Amino acid sequence: MAVAIRLESCAKTFADGTRALEPISIDIAAGETVVVLGPSGCGKTTILRIVAGLESPDGGGRVFFDREDVTALPIEKRGVGMVFQSYALFPNMTVAQNVGYGLRVRKLPREERQKRVAEMLALVDLERFAARRVDQLSGGQRQRVALARALAIRPRVLLLDEPLTALDAKLREQLRVEIDRLLRSLGITAVYVTHDQAEAMALGDRIVVMERGRIAQAGTPQEIYLRPATPFVAEFIGTMNRLVGEVVDGHLVVAAGRVPLGGIAAREIMFRPEDVRIVEPGAHHLRATVVASFFLGDHTRLVVDAGSAAPLVVETRARRKWPRGETVHLALAEGAVLALPGASP
Amino acid sequence: MTGPSPRLSPKAEGAKRKPARYWLQLAFTLAVCAFLVVPVFMSILAGLTQNFFVGLNSGLTLRWVGEVWGLYSDTIWRSIGIALACLACTIVLGVPAAYSLARARNRLTRWIEELLVLPVAVPGLATALALILLYGTWREFRASWLFILVGHVLFTLPFMVRSVLAVMMSVDLAALEEAAASLGASFPRRFATVVLPNVRPGILAGALMVLTLSMGEFNLTWMLHTPLTKTLPVGLADSYASMRLEIGSAYTLVFLVMIVPLLVAMQWAATRMERKGA
Repeated sequence: MAVAIRLESCAKTFADGTRALEPISIDIAAGETVVVLGPSGCGKTTILRIVAGLESPDGGGRVFFDREDVTALPIEKRGVGMVFQSYALFPNMTVAQNVGYGLRVRKLPREERQKRVAEMLALVDLERFAARRVDQLSGGQRQRVALARALAIRPRVLLLDEPLTALDAKLREQLRVEIDRLLRSLGITAVYVTHDQAEAMALGDRIVVMERGRIAQAGTPQEIYLRPATPFVAEFIGTMNRLVGEVVDGHLVVAAGRVPLGGIAAREIMFRPEDVRIVEPGAHHLRATVVASFFLGDHTRLVVDAGSAAPLVVETRARRKWPRGETVHLALAEGAVLALPGASP
Repeated sequence: MTGPSPRLSPKAEGAKRKPARYWLQLAFTLAVCAFLVVPVFMSILAGLTQNFFVGLNSGLTLRWVGEVWGLYSDTIWRSIGIALACLACTIVLGVPAAYSLARARNRLTRWIEELLVLPVAVPGLATALALILLYGTWREFRASWLFILVGHVLFTLPFMVRSVLAVMMSVDLAALEEAAASLGASFPRRFATVVLPNVRPGILAGALMVLTLSMGEFNLTWMLHTPLTKTLPVGLADSYASMRLEIGSAYTLVFLVMIVPLLVAMQWAATRMERKGA
C-alpha cells in the first residue's frame, strides 16, 4: 500500500514572478515520514502542494509515486489524503458524512462504506461523535475527523499541512503522539509540513529543512540536530551558542578564556546549551557572568555574558538560585564544538 | 431574598432613577414611529372603507379589493412571474459569477466587485433608456414581458452576487474544495456537494432580496412596460392616477400582503446568517 515519492528538480514560480521554490529533488521511501520544516515563506507548503497535485511544478519538474509519473495527474486522481491547518471539514455534513465523503465519491456500496467509516472513527477514537455536526466539536476532535477522512480512502500517501498549528500547546502534544502512533501503525508514506521544530524532531524519520526555497539540509533528526550543515539549520533547530576568537595551538582563544577545539581549525564555533557544564574554578574553559536565569522546573536556563557578540545560553540542573552578576565557570563537553562552513564572523 | 437588604432591588431602583430624558426620548421615538406608520395604516383603512371621504361611518368593505382583483389581477400575476423568472436568472448567473470572483482574488475581481454597484447607483430610468435605445426596434422583444425581465435582472443581479460572495468569503471555500478534490471529487461534484450547500444562506438572502426588489421595482419598469405588460407597481401608479382613491389604497393593501412576508423572511435569513458567521 505504501508508495515511494520522488520529486525531480521541482521548482515553482508563481504567475507574478515570485520564485517560491528553487529546483529541488527529494526521495521519500515507502512508509517513511518526512517532515518538511522551515519558517513561513520558505517553500515548504509549496512542496506539499506539488506532491498533492494542487500546484504543478515549473517545466522540467516531475513527480513520481513509485515508478508512476503523476506530474500531470490532477489531485482528484492521485489518491492522496490531505490534512489541512484549517481542518477544512465540510460544515454541511456530519462527522460520519465527512469521513465517508471520499468513499461516496468512489461509489463504495453503502454497507462497506458504513463499515469503513466506523473503522476510521474507531481509529481516531471518535465513534461516539459520528452523528455530530462538525461545529459541535473541539479543535482537536476536528483535526482527528480530518485525519480519519483523509485515511478512509486508503490514500497512497498522506499529506499533512501544519495540522497542529491551530491547536493549543497541550492538545498539540497529545495529537502529535496520536499522529505518530497512527503513522507508525499504518506504515503509510507521509509528508508533514510544519514550522515547529519540536514537532519535526518527534515525528520525522527524516527532516528536510527549507530556507528561502532551497533545501538547507535533509537528514534524520539526530543528524540535523547534532551535525547541522549550515548556520541557518543550527539556529533554526534548538538553541545554538556562537563564539568567535583566535586559534592558538588547538584552542579557540576568546576574552573569557580558552576552548579546546578537538582537532577543528575554525575561528568561529558553535555549541548547544546542554553541552555546557558549570564547573569549579580551575576546571573551566570560560568565565562568564549571569545576565538572567529562567527556572523551567526540570532545569534552569541561564543567559550569561562571556564577552561574545551575543550572550551564551547554558542549561543546568543544579537546584539553586543564580543571582544576576554572579560569576560562573563553564566547561564544554567533549565533541560539543561545531564548526560550520559558511558561518560569518 | 432573606435578611434585610440595605439596597433597593435593582428593578425598583431603575424605575426610580429613570430620568425625564428617558420619557422624552420615548415620546420622540413613538412620535417618529407614528409619523411613519399612520399613513400606511390610513392607506390600508382607505382601501377597506366604503367611502373614505365620509369616513369609517360608511362601513368597512372588501369591495375595493375585489375591484382591484378584477381590474389588475393580471399585473399581480405578471409581477410574480417576472420576480420568479428574475430569481431564476440571478441564481443561474449570479452564483457562478460570485464563485469566480471568490476564487480568483486579484485586482481585476476587486474592480468588478466595485462595478457591481453601478446598476444600483445609476438611475433606473437611465438603464431603461439604454435598453430601449439598444433593443427598442426589436418589436417582439420590446413588446414582451421578457424586456422587463432583462431590466430587472440587470438591476437585481448585483444584490445576488454580493450576497453570495459575502458568504463565500466567510467560509474558506478554497480549502474546502481542495479537501474535496483530495478525496477524489471532480469539479461538478465539488460544486454540487460542497460549494452550493455551504453558500446556501447567501443564496437564500440574495433570493429574498431579488424577489422583493423585483416585485417593487417601478423606475425601470415604468419606462420598459407597454399597456399589455404592466407590473404591479406600474398598475398601482395607474390606479392612483385614474381610479378612485379607495381602489388605489386597496391595491396598496394587496401589494403589502405580498411584500411584507418577503421582508420578514429576509430579516430572518439575515439574522440566521449572522448567527452562523458568529
